Amino acid sequence: MPVRSSGFVRQGWPLAAVSFATLAAGAAQAAEHGLSGEKASFPPFDPAHFASNLFWLAVTFAVLYWLMSKIALPRIGEILEERAGTIGRDLDQAAAMQAKAEEMAQAYEKALAEARSNAQGIAQAARETGAKESDAKRHATEAELAAKLAQAEATIAKTKTAAMSNVRGLGSDVAVAIVTKLTGQAPTAAEATEAVDQALARG
Amino acid sequence: MAAGGGIDPIHQFHIAPIVELKPFGLDLSFTNTSLWMVIVLAVVSAIMIYGSSQRSVVPGRLQSLAEMTYEFVASTMTGVMGKEGLKFFPFVFSLFMFVLASNLLGLLPGSFTVTSQIIVTAALAVLVMSIVLIYGIAKHGSHFFGLFVPSGVPGWLLPFMILIEAVSFLSRPVSLSLRLFGNMLAGHIALKVFGGFVVVLLGSGAVLNYVIAPLPLLLAVALTALEVLVAVLQAYVFAILTCVYLNDALHPGH
Repeated sequence: MPVRSSGFVRQGWPLAAVSFATLAAGAAQAAEHGLSGEKASFPPFDPAHFASNLFWLAVTFAVLYWLMSKIALPRIGEILEERAGTIGRDLDQAAAMQAKAEEMAQAYEKALAEARSNAQGIAQAARETGAKESDAKRHATEAELAAKLAQAEATIAKTKTAAMSNVRGLGSDVAVAIVTKLTGQAPTAAEATEAVDQALARG
Repeated sequence: MAAGGGIDPIHQFHIAPIVELKPFGLDLSFTNTSLWMVIVLAVVSAIMIYGSSQRSVVPGRLQSLAEMTYEFVASTMTGVMGKEGLKFFPFVFSLFMFVLASNLLGLLPGSFTVTSQIIVTAALAVLVMSIVLIYGIAKHGSHFFGLFVPSGVPGWLLPFMILIEAVSFLSRPVSLSLRLFGNMLAGHIALKVFGGFVVVLLGSGAVLNYVIAPLPLLLAVALTALEVLVAVLQAYVFAILTCVYLNDALHPGH
């Protein structure tokens, strides 16, 4: 608790002077008594020493007051004030640094969160493009396969048709030969073909 | 201490001149009292001035002591008088340290207790009361005497109350000085008496006396501890009563 004593120090000198005068007056009075007091008495009550005691008390106390009020107390007050200032400043600094650190931590958290969401986005995009690509590849392969299948089917159908027409021709020839052998009478090629067609249609 | 008679408990208060000094028919000799006043001054100055000379932010032992006494007196004063009272800080601080150092140094064997001289304590008390009067009248004028008129007292009682207040005001320096003086004197006499018992018992030659001689010694040890407490307490009481009286000068009127 710093104390500003300069006010009283300035006002205090008249007071100190008056007090000093009071003490001196008392000393003078005591000295008169002291001269008359002859018998040895209880030392603290012996007026013979009052003057000297008062005089030296006044001197030492005045010097003490002067030293305390001019040197010691202002200096200690300054020290305490300075310490309070230093502590306050250090605390402020610490608070500022803490706030800064918190801010940095927040920024870091934010960056981290951003990076995380970015990473998620990238992963998502990668996954999507991957899926799309594989889809497209699959589609292409499927289409290719379907085309091949269709081609194969067409080839099969063509071969079958060819085979069937061969079978038909062969069948009508066989039918003509069989009918001729059985009846001795050769049917016309048109009749035989028709009969074969009917037989084929029946299955 | 034990010179001449050895067990005279009053001898320790005897004042002997060291340097004779008698200007204008006044006996201002530098006595053993004066010597111990100077020692008190030196010790207090050493603690307060040398102790604070480092001006370090982290205080050493002596600086801590100086700061502790400073803050102790300052907080006591603000407790009694408020911030305003700190204009008397150097005065109360000097007074407290002077009385405290006198009381404590007086407990050293072979030393002299400055505050066991009634003229010293009376002078300090008169100094306090004159500061109260002068400051009170200078600051508040005649209003200062409102101190003697308690508020809310019926008119017919007022003369008695003023009389009582006046007597109580006038008895303040008496009680202030006698309290300190009496405590110091009585404590030192008691210590000396019990110390004297030990010497007498050991010097008597009887065997039984050798056996009981440690008892007063133990008491003297206990009393020494008590006297340390009394020395500090009386210095504190002197300072805090000074604050209370100065508070009257600052804020007269109940």
